[in-house]
Amino acid sequence: MTLRGFIPLAVFLLLIALLWAGLQLDPRKIPSPLVGKPAPEFLLPRLDNPEQSINSKDLLGQVWLLNIWASWCVACRSEHPVLNAWTQQDDVMLIGMDYKDQRDDGLNWLKVLGNPYRFSVMDENGRAGMDWGVYGVPETFVIDKKGMIRYKHIGPLSWDDLNTKIKPLISQLKQEF
Amino acid sequence: MIHRLLLLLMLTLSFNQTHAAFNLKQFDNPEYAARYENLIYQMRCLVCQNQTIADSDADLAQDLRDEIFKMINSGKTDQQIIEFMVARYGEFVLYKPRVEKKTWLLWGGPMLLLFSGIIVLFRNAARRNKHVDMEIDQAALNKARLLLDEEDKP
Repeated sequence: MTLRGFIPLAVFLLLIALLWAGLQLDPRKIPSPLVGKPAPEFLLPRLDNPEQSINSKDLLGQVWLLNIWASWCVACRSEHPVLNAWTQQDDVMLIGMDYKDQRDDGLNWLKVLGNPYRFSVMDENGRAGMDWGVYGVPETFVIDKKGMIRYKHIGPLSWDDLNTKIKPLISQLKQEF
Repeated sequence: MIHRLLLLLMLTLSFNQTHAAFNLKQFDNPEYAARYENLIYQMRCLVCQNQTIADSDADLAQDLRDEIFKMINSGKTDQQIIEFMVARYGEFVLYKPRVEKKTWLLWGGPMLLLFSGIIVLFRNAARRNKHVDMEIDQAALNKARLLLDEEDKP
């Protein structure tokens, strides 16, 4: 048998490899077009104080994270202890966005499960979340000093995600300019 | 029989109503209504992924329908509305992704496969034609003839 005879086999193996790689992908993780772009601005009331509004522009100049959560979100429940422990040991500018939720439910969630956030803003109708391309909570964005989105994590954060991706990225971004 | 038909008719009508209920949007301008219908059937719901935002009952699809409704009424063009969606949710939101740098393989891939198939086909055909007048060893041929002509002995 000549080398030519192996071509179909090679094509077949290549196809298997591609399909196998395809199976490892999570179809729920859609790459965000916002990574590398300026973070969408929002002006939203604080969850704990509706009188006080937060403008996202005020966060320019520091590295911060936006974690989108909701009291109705089941996956957020598994992420929450990780965020609690992380923010207790590290100095993290973690800001929450309570997405399409009731204020009382959101406040109660933080009271019962602990509050890892510097503060949370209330996105009651989900319009701000729409600007951030939110389609499934929890989602976490890392924003640099210039106000650019540098990373988006879809789904609950694990210790592994924090240690391998988020933490190194934050210390790298803190070094910038 | 007539009862069954009536029941069927009533069921059909009730289905139509529920479908209309969650797509119901009142436009003053019939042209706007047509554009709205067209747009919501082009966009994928990101929560359920294999439904358009017209078909999906997900909360996000509902919000996006409302947003498209508002944008059309405020005079945005279809192009602007598509930009709005792609800027937030990526090319994936469109059932028919636009042809650009990131999507050329998606659009060109089938053509590429077709052409490589045609090339392989022609090359194989050419090879087969060449083999028709291949040389045959005369001695082997004679030996084969001898074996064929030989009477089978029981």
